[in-house]
Amino acid sequence: MHSTLSFSRATTVPTTNYAFHSQSPINLRFCGLRREAFGISILTRSSSGRVRLSTRGRSKRISASTGNNGTPPKSFDYDLIIIGAGVGGHGAALHAVEKGLKTAIIEGDVVGGTCVNRGCVPSKALLAVSGRMRELQSEHHMKALGLQVSAAGYDRQGVAGHANNLASKIRSNLTNSMKALGVDILTGFGTIVGPQKVKYGKVGFTDNVVTAKDIIIATGSVPFVPKGIEVDGKTVITSDHALKLEFVPDWIAIVGSGYIGLEFSDVYTALGSEVTFIEALDQLMPGFDPEISKLAQRVLINPRKIDYHTGVFATKITPARDGKPVIIELTDAKTKEHKDTLEVDAALIATGRAPFTNGLGLENINVVTQRGFVPVDERMRVIDANGNLVPHLYCIGDANGKMMLAHAASAQGISVVEQVTGRDHVLNHLSVPAACFTHPEISMVGLTEPQAREKAVKEGFEISVAKTSFKANTKALAENEGEGLAKLIYRPDNGEILGVHIFGLHAADLIHEASNAIALGTRIQDIKFAVHAHPTLSEVLDELFKSAKVKAPASTSSPISEPVAA
Amino acid sequence: MQTQLGSAVFPRLLRRSLSYIPSILYSLHSLLNLFHFFRFLSNSSPQSQKHKEMASPFLSNTIISFSSSLSSSSSLPRLAPSIPFSAIRSKSTPRRILTVRSKIREIFMPALSSTMTEGKIVSWVKSEGDVLSKGESVVVVESDKADMDVETFYDGILAAIVVGEGETALVGAAIGVLAETEDEIAEAKAKAASKSGASTPSAPPPAPTPAAASTPAPPKSTPAPAAPTVAEGPTKTVATPYAKKLAKQHKVDIESVVGTGPYGRITPEDIEAAAGLSPSKKNVGLAVVVETKPAAPAKAPAASAAPSSLPPPVPGSTVVPFTTMQSAVSKNMVESLSVPTFRVGYPVTTDALDALYEKVKPKGVTMTALLAKAAAMALAQHPVVNSSCKDGKSFTYNSNINIAVAVAINGGLITPVLQDADKLDLYLLSQKWKELVEKARAKQLQPQEYNSGTFTLSNLGMFGVDRFDAILPPGQGAIMAVGASKPTVVADADGFFSVKNKMLVNVTADHRIIYGADLAAFLQTFSKIVENAESLTL
Repeated sequence: MHSTLSFSRATTVPTTNYAFHSQSPINLRFCGLRREAFGISILTRSSSGRVRLSTRGRSKRISASTGNNGTPPKSFDYDLIIIGAGVGGHGAALHAVEKGLKTAIIEGDVVGGTCVNRGCVPSKALLAVSGRMRELQSEHHMKALGLQVSAAGYDRQGVAGHANNLASKIRSNLTNSMKALGVDILTGFGTIVGPQKVKYGKVGFTDNVVTAKDIIIATGSVPFVPKGIEVDGKTVITSDHALKLEFVPDWIAIVGSGYIGLEFSDVYTALGSEVTFIEALDQLMPGFDPEISKLAQRVLINPRKIDYHTGVFATKITPARDGKPVIIELTDAKTKEHKDTLEVDAALIATGRAPFTNGLGLENINVVTQRGFVPVDERMRVIDANGNLVPHLYCIGDANGKMMLAHAASAQGISVVEQVTGRDHVLNHLSVPAACFTHPEISMVGLTEPQAREKAVKEGFEISVAKTSFKANTKALAENEGEGLAKLIYRPDNGEILGVHIFGLHAADLIHEASNAIALGTRIQDIKFAVHAHPTLSEVLDELFKSAKVKAPASTSSPISEPVAA
Repeated sequence: MQTQLGSAVFPRLLRRSLSYIPSILYSLHSLLNLFHFFRFLSNSSPQSQKHKEMASPFLSNTIISFSSSLSSSSSLPRLAPSIPFSAIRSKSTPRRILTVRSKIREIFMPALSSTMTEGKIVSWVKSEGDVLSKGESVVVVESDKADMDVETFYDGILAAIVVGEGETALVGAAIGVLAETEDEIAEAKAKAASKSGASTPSAPPPAPTPAAASTPAPPKSTPAPAAPTVAEGPTKTVATPYAKKLAKQHKVDIESVVGTGPYGRITPEDIEAAAGLSPSKKNVGLAVVVETKPAAPAKAPAASAAPSSLPPPVPGSTVVPFTTMQSAVSKNMVESLSVPTFRVGYPVTTDALDALYEKVKPKGVTMTALLAKAAAMALAQHPVVNSSCKDGKSFTYNSNINIAVAVAINGGLITPVLQDADKLDLYLLSQKWKELVEKARAKQLQPQEYNSGTFTLSNLGMFGVDRFDAILPPGQGAIMAVGASKPTVVADADGFFSVKNKMLVNVTADHRIIYGADLAAFLQTFSKIVENAESLTL
């Protein structure tokens, strides 16, 4: 269902899932409650540090249970073990503690996973810089506000430092929050050795085996690099390298125009680079609502120092060496014929992310991955090679590929904890928002218009579309940022919200009113009575809901008509 | 055959127009359009319409436009009535009856915004052979601002599509042909066929101009035209994304531009130079670049982001900010640190030169001109010393010998350039120099008069300085520092002592391209020229 979030280029490169990784808001559900709450991880590569044994009393049983591999142990070291301390694992761990579960989390790399260390978090630091640079450089914008600013410049090292500092700060917050709650952090590479049994350890050390009533796999993903592309980490790079901002090339090609590519184009152009997009599909920004992507292209691509090649694969990329620039060979996506050769200073591979599930020991429990992804049902229960559910084993986040977003992983983890503590819960992925932090931002929840139309035809209902412009919003005009559109796709018969797409100032923050409405099943005829402070950007959504024409009357027991505090 | 358009047409059309109103009340912006619309209705007269419609306010805004007009020369007055909006029907003024000779009409690319120059056909709503009736959407056009449905004002049959989906056409160009009856389809198709040859296809790849001489590029404002050496390698043109955009914007044929960027690629600066615009970015030209525009952020910050570890100022000191010229000097000096330079000194006997100087001084020849001429003649024999290293990977051989001469002016330093110093004779050179100095004092130097140098001369001899060391300006290969000429006791090969005027020259050069032996040979030549000063007057 969530094709909104994944590029479907699977036809040509079957091993990939061009899903976007989480360049998206992280802190979703814990905001305010546990500020440090963040992310999880993925890479279970080993790094330094000694293996830390559980100090709890039950650790004695470890040896006992290792004796009989294959049969589930009678009693367990933990109620829940999570493999991978990224955003998903972290979210699950915190919720598990709240539910009274004895929880351990296994991490072979750094706590925080991709999101915190190589993804959403450092990229937001770079985007914060690029947003300001862009503003300061826009003479027109400044003049309109009556401001005078002399030439804006930046110090690359300083910008890179900001991103790095942010990542380490969030990482330590995350680690501390888990320690404070009594989650055991086990260091090492986790492998499933049998039902309810996990082995972990570092290379060169003795492995430890621990048992748990339930196990969650949350190993995440790594950047996907199509074959033929040689990544040297200097001139041909992935997002992992780009976030370190070791150099700002004069001209960079970005392969893939999804979230990651788009956000980096925003950063690089603000810092003075020229950008060439290479997109395999026929249009840029696949996966976004077509109307939004068209508008976004007018604002984010056309006026900037960006050009693009669509409908082509970068079949061969050679890093700069021997006095030659980076050479990119383009092949037509349909005819498979050589189309063009580009010579640029650097290439960023943003073709999506591949699940990190090798070495998890899935073969020990008869689970076969599909293109690397762990197959799961809608409750994140792992499905084995015969199509049967593997008891007590769950997989969340990028590793299952359902929706490759940090906060989706966290939501899936919480859903799993709910289930193992006795409350059935199925996460509605259509209520999970997604955002792209360009300037201005793009956000969305639910279905795109074509998806909604397809569904409407299949299920025989009618849909309508309502739109509002940021140009009519006072706050947006005060900021001199009137460019933008909010779009609502809904059912006029019953007022159900099918999808909301926003392109404009602070779109990523605005989407939650819509995603909450979808998650709670609030209908348009009811939410339109909710009051928004004036003048705020949130009035864009207020106006959007009010402009929808719903036939159904407002429900009589609308929560808004019965104020809690009077 | 003539058809009459009766007055009854107007109410219908206006009603159609009215029907847009709900849809345009979409935002404040649209309200403005509506305003234009009304203005349009009240201002235009049929006569003023004719083919000018594309420029009308009506069409230049986002309200859906009509795009047809007559293909024949007869004037079809368009449906823009001048009657007030109210009372349309009641007035129903006797309209002039309009005549149409041909009923094959072209559908034009409408101007959907005031800035639109060309439009892309997103999709044809109708296909060839479809029957159209007034007001139906025929085609969706993408402008620089939005996608718009374009409707027809006429009933008829879409006989032929001239510009297909995904292609672009200039505003006003025919994109399709409309026939009134089936009988005329064949005729219309023929017409379309003749059109389509002339239409602009999408993404026009400009045909490479065969002769390099026919470049539309203006004189040579490019500081250093690349020598043939650069032109090796693949013939493929590589231009950066922004360069391509600029080329399109300024209608520069990109194939005709010589790229000066890394790997010979065409940079935005190259296009600006070709289009005759002053480059907005870093001027790699010369020692002193008076920046008129703030430099793009990417390059300079190393200098500006000075470390905060500077000691605090001594109490009582005054801080005077740099003038623009001083900032430019400062920036260039810091930039020069990235070039690996070395120095070679040489004593030059100047008796012959001094004698010549005394002779030509009354004719207005200055020492500067003499030295510049001598240096230029020596450079002509040692082109490598006149070359520069732009990217750290290649030699750029300059086809002209332009001698920049450092001049101190009023709290600043500038380097007026004697262009083609090897070709001009001594007297012209002197005259030229005088003009340049006057201009420099009046701050009227044009950019190419101070940033086109390929070699710099700096003379402090008049102060009695016997030798000094110059800093190589970015973008050049070498700079010569000239000291004072002094009587010196010298011993010749036979052991005889004599007193000769000697002057020490010291050249700083970029060792990436100019090596010790190159410089030594150049200095030897220079010395010989000075010692046989008569050759300077030839």
